[in-house]
Amino acid sequence: MHLIFFIVFAGFCLAGAINLLLQSHPINSALSLIVVMTSLAVLYLLLGAEFLAIAQVIVYAGAIMVLFTFVVMLLNAGREDRTLGSRAALRIGFPAAVAILALIATVILHAQGLGVARLSDGITTTEELSAVLFTKLLLPFEVTSVLILIAIRGAVALASHDGSKAERTGDR
Amino acid sequence: MSSFLTQEVPLSWYLLLSAALFSLGVVGFLIKRNLITVFMSIELMLNGVNLSFVTFAHQWHAVKGQIFVFFVMMVAAAEAAVGLAIIIAVFRARATLAVDRIDLMKL
Amino acid sequence: MTILQFLLWSLLKVAVVTVVMLLGVAYTVLLERKLVGRIQNRWGPSRVGPFGLLQPLVDGAKSFLKEDIIPTGVYRPLYLIAPMIALGCALISIAVVPFGEPVSVAGSPHLFQIADVNIGLLVILGVTSIGVYGIALAGWSSNNKYSLLGALRSSAQMVSYELALGLSLVGVVLRAGTFNLRLIVEQQSAQGMLSWNLFGGMQFVAFFIYLMAAYAETNRSPFDLPEAESELTGGYHTEYSSMKFAMFFMAEYANMITVGCVATLLFLGGWTSPFGDLIPPPQNIFVHSLFPIFWFVLKVFSFLFLYVWVRGTLPRFRYDQLMNFGWRWLMPLAILNIVATSLWLAYAKN
Repeated sequence: MHLIFFIVFAGFCLAGAINLLLQSHPINSALSLIVVMTSLAVLYLLLGAEFLAIAQVIVYAGAIMVLFTFVVMLLNAGREDRTLGSRAALRIGFPAAVAILALIATVILHAQGLGVARLSDGITTTEELSAVLFTKLLLPFEVTSVLILIAIRGAVALASHDGSKAERTGDR
Repeated sequence: MSSFLTQEVPLSWYLLLSAALFSLGVVGFLIKRNLITVFMSIELMLNGVNLSFVTFAHQWHAVKGQIFVFFVMMVAAAEAAVGLAIIIAVFRARATLAVDRIDLMKL
Repeated sequence: MTILQFLLWSLLKVAVVTVVMLLGVAYTVLLERKLVGRIQNRWGPSRVGPFGLLQPLVDGAKSFLKEDIIPTGVYRPLYLIAPMIALGCALISIAVVPFGEPVSVAGSPHLFQIADVNIGLLVILGVTSIGVYGIALAGWSSNNKYSLLGALRSSAQMVSYELALGLSLVGVVLRAGTFNLRLIVEQQSAQGMLSWNLFGGMQFVAFFIYLMAAYAETNRSPFDLPEAESELTGGYHTEYSSMKFAMFFMAEYANMITVGCVATLLFLGGWTSPFGDLIPPPQNIFVHSLFPIFWFVLKVFSFLFLYVWVRGTLPRFRYDQLMNFGWRWLMPLAILNIVATSLWLAYAKN
C-alpha cells in the first residue's frame, strides 16, 4: 500500500515538475507547481512528518502559491515567446537535467546504510517537534521571526508607489 | 492485508525523487524565459531539498531534520514575498517579464 | 478491526455525512431567506410546502434545469475546475469534525467522526487555504474585468482574514495542548457550560475575533463587497450559470457550516451539554449517543442564526475599511490574546 501511494504521488510530483517546464503560460506552470506541492505534502505524511505535511499545504500551497497566482493574474504577462535564445536553452537544458540527475543518482545508489520506510514506523508528533524547536533551537526560531518582519517591511517598501508615478493611492 | 503496515519502500527512492525535482528545478531556472517561471523553479528546487531533509530525518529518527524543513519553508515564504515585490517593480519599470529583455541595467 | 472493515465503515460515514451536509446547505439557504425576510418585515419563501420547507428541493431542480451558458473567450480548463475546487474544499473539511461522543463499534474507532487525526484543526485551516484558489481561478478564467477584480479582492480578503482566524485559535490550542479536535472538546467537558472555552477558558476575545474573521473568510455580510451585486455585478461568479453557480453557492454555505462547526468545537464545548452532570444521562445506549449530537447541532444552528442575523442587520464594509480592519485591528488583537493566554497559563501553572 505504501508502495502504491509512493508511486502515485511521486508520479504526480514528477508530472507536475515536467509540466512546469513544458508549459508556456505562467499560470499553467503555477498550477503544476501547486500539484507538486500537495503531492509532496502526502509524501511527507508517508514519511511520518504530519505537522510538516500540513504546514506544506498551509504555507506553500495555500499562501506562497496564492501569491504567485495573484502576481501572474495581475501582471497578465502572457505566453513566453519562442526566441532563438530559448530554443538553444531547451536543447542544452534537458540533457543537462539528465546529467545532473545521473550524477546525484550515482551518489545515492552507491550509498550504504540507507534504510526503508514503512507505514508502521510511527508519526512524529507536534509535541516532539515543538519540544526541540522551543528549547534547543529557540534562537533560530526567533531570528526567523525577525527575518519575516524584514521581508514584510521590504515587500511593503517595494510595492508602494513612488512619488514619480502619476496616480497615488490613498494610502495614508 | 498484513503487509499493509509493514510494506517497505527503500528510502533511496525518496532521495531519487528529491534529486529529480532538484534537477528539474535547476533546468527550469536555466531555460525558462519568463521571470515568474524562473522564480517558480527556485521554489521547486527548495521543495526537492525539503524532501531529502525529511527522508534523512526519517532515517536517523532526528527531529532536527524536520525542524530544518520548517525553517526552509519560512525562508522560502519571506523570499517569495520580497521576490514577487521585486518582480512587480521590474514589471512597472520595463513593462515586460521576458528575461531576455530585462538583462541590461540600462535600457 | 481489519483494514477492510475500517474502509467500509469510513465509506458509510462519508456517505451519511455528505448527504447530511448537502441537506444542511440546502436548508441553510432556506433559513437565511426566511430569517432575512422576517427581519425585513416580510414572509420569506412560504408557498412551496408547509412554511416553505420544500423550497430547497424546487431550487435544486431549477438549478439543474437552467441553461448552462459558457461565454466564449473563457479559459475553459480553469473555468470548469474552479467551482469544483470551491465545493470540494468546502465539503472536505467536515471530515475531521467530531459530531458526538467517541463511541466505537466493531469496525470504526470513532463512530461520529470520519478521521481522527492529531492535527485536525490544522487540516481545516489548510483546506480553507486551498479553497481560495476556487475563487481566484474563477475570476481570472472568466475573461471579464469585473470578475477578475472581484476575485482578486475576494482572495486578498480571504488570505488576510485567514491570519486573524488562525491566530485566534492559538489561544484555544495553548489551553488544550493539542490540535486534535476530539481532545479539545473532551477538555471542555468538565463542568458543563462553565468549562467551555468561551466562559471558563476566558477565550471570549478570541471568540469574537474568530467570529469576525469567519464572516470575512466566508465572504458574508458585512464583508461581502467582492460579491455584492450592486458593487461588482456579482464578482467572481458573474459569468457562471446554473449548476456551476449552484456549486459556488453551495460552497459558500458549506463553508459557513464548517466554520460554525469549528466554533462550536473550540469555543462552545462541541457535543457536551451545557448542564454538565446536573442532568444524569439516560441509560439507553442509543439515546445516550444521540444527545451529544443534538447539542452539537443546536450550537451550530445558533451560530448560523447569528450569521444570518448579522447579514440582515449590518451594512457592508468598504474594501479599504475591510482590509484595514483585518490587518491593523484583528491581527494585533489576536496576537495580544495569545500573549495574554500564555501569561495566564504560566501564572496558573505556578
